[in-house]
Amino acid sequence: MAAATLPALGRARARATSEPLLAKALLIGVAVVFLALFLVLPLVAVFSQALEKGWAAYVAALHEPMALSALKLTLLTAAVAVPLNLAFGLAAAWAIAKFEFPGKNALITLIDLPFGVSPVISGMVFILLFGRQGILGPWAESHGLKLVFSVPGLILATVFVTFPFVARELIPLMQAEGTEEEEAARVLGASGLQLFWRVTLPNIKWGLLYGVILCNARAMGEFGAVSVVSGHIRGKTNTLPLHVEILYNEYNFQAAFAASSLLAFLALVTLVAKSLVEWRSAAVRGRAGIDASEEESPRVH
Amino acid sequence: MLDARRDPKDDMRLHKTHSVLPGFGLAMGFTLFYLSLVVLIPLSTLFWKSASLGAAGFWDVVTAPRVLASYKITFLASLAAASINGIFGLVVTWVLVRYQFPGRRLLDALVDLPFALPTAVAGITLTTLYAPNGWLGAPLEKLGIKVAFTPLGITLALTFIGLPFVVRTLQPVLEGLDPEVEEAAASLGANRLQTILRVVLPALMPAWLTGFALAFARALGEYGSVVFIAGNMPMKTEITPLLIITKLEQFDYAGATAIAAVTLVASFVLLLAINRLQSWSARLGTAE
Repeated sequence: MAAATLPALGRARARATSEPLLAKALLIGVAVVFLALFLVLPLVAVFSQALEKGWAAYVAALHEPMALSALKLTLLTAAVAVPLNLAFGLAAAWAIAKFEFPGKNALITLIDLPFGVSPVISGMVFILLFGRQGILGPWAESHGLKLVFSVPGLILATVFVTFPFVARELIPLMQAEGTEEEEAARVLGASGLQLFWRVTLPNIKWGLLYGVILCNARAMGEFGAVSVVSGHIRGKTNTLPLHVEILYNEYNFQAAFAASSLLAFLALVTLVAKSLVEWRSAAVRGRAGIDASEEESPRVH
Repeated sequence: MLDARRDPKDDMRLHKTHSVLPGFGLAMGFTLFYLSLVVLIPLSTLFWKSASLGAAGFWDVVTAPRVLASYKITFLASLAAASINGIFGLVVTWVLVRYQFPGRRLLDALVDLPFALPTAVAGITLTTLYAPNGWLGAPLEKLGIKVAFTPLGITLALTFIGLPFVVRTLQPVLEGLDPEVEEAAASLGANRLQTILRVVLPALMPAWLTGFALAFARALGEYGSVVFIAGNMPMKTEITPLLIITKLEQFDYAGATAIAAVTLVASFVLLLAINRLQSWSARLGTAE
């Protein structure tokens, strides 16, 4: 008898805490249509517009010297900005997560600051600093340094915009890890570097990778901030997103979408890598038996 | 300047509890140095430059009719976009967390697309889709609805870029919600709708408001995805970030800075509000 009532009880419980089938179907329908309209359709549109005039035209648009130089500059910008912000993220997370000091919350808020600033303003501050009428403008000019409307300006603006990404991922993660393992290693005679490579890094590698992926995506895709500092000099200060803008404004839509398709592909790679890292770190957490409530705060940028 | 930086650091060293771990001085020193160099010094120039206008000049710039019109369109479009995301984001989160259906994981991963897709690409794609001859623009045009180059287009672009904020803020909270609370409500005689409205939604409230505020804050400063679809007509579809760029291109640095300062203060107030919401949300989480 008892065996027969248990499943019935389960069914009653499921009925009481879930929605009627019709409501479920309706909600799923609304969500799927909304996401299809806002996410899937634009993604499909990028690739279909890029291939509108056929494969040959697509390849030709990407082989154009301006497109290649834009691609190179985009890679260069990310190659400088990501390692710099990675080093910063590690240092900041080490200091904040492993030590106690007054003003910690204020410091965390300051690190988040670039997320709250409009991209346009992020670019503008470097013009105010290094432009002709800028505070350090005359100094830069007298030393022959051209810091705005030039490649260094683009890199500076990108570093500013992507500043918090790695730190933001690592701080909560390293805070949750605590300091016991490092202290044990220290007591057992590990040097500072050994401590970092053998104890800290293995614990944070997935979060670190996650932060780097997000940082890289933003560095390669940033538009507003670099648009302000670039001065739009073709072949010199054009990153891929700026190249897209120029082509689009010249009504060369097919070429604009061809360049866009590279960036959209990068976005897809980012999403896949991000999902893999998330599943992987969830699996690691699951194995370690860490309570689900310890999951990091929402990742919002 | 070096001295000014060293003082608080020494102060911290005195206060910190003794630790056997190495590297605090180095890590902290680098953090403060890099933070000042990359973020604090550049941002402070904004206030230095806008101070050069004087109070009256500043006021004239930031309340000029064209500037006021840009605040209005930016604010209203951002509010509308955040509201759309508030409603649909809640439905999307609910469906992703509570239901199993084919393609769920794919949709879940796709939610982050607006974070990963460069804003310029989003901008030209949405414009092409919603232009009068676009895939969606053409049928809408037949119905008499113009999207591209109108405030509706701006709202649409801002909805796109704000989409992940609500979902990603709500998701962990909804996942962590204890099912026993809902069971208790049901066993006390509440029907499903009552349980959702009186038990589940109130628990989601702080996270939902946080997501809404984050989407709103992001929309206020957004540039790349909006400029293409907006049409950029002064007084009608010109957003504040674009106005800042226009002033910069005319070498009116003081004017651009003044408007930027207003925008910046507005987003800092929002950030503070978001921080308060998040600590409220964390308190609710621990109280249960």
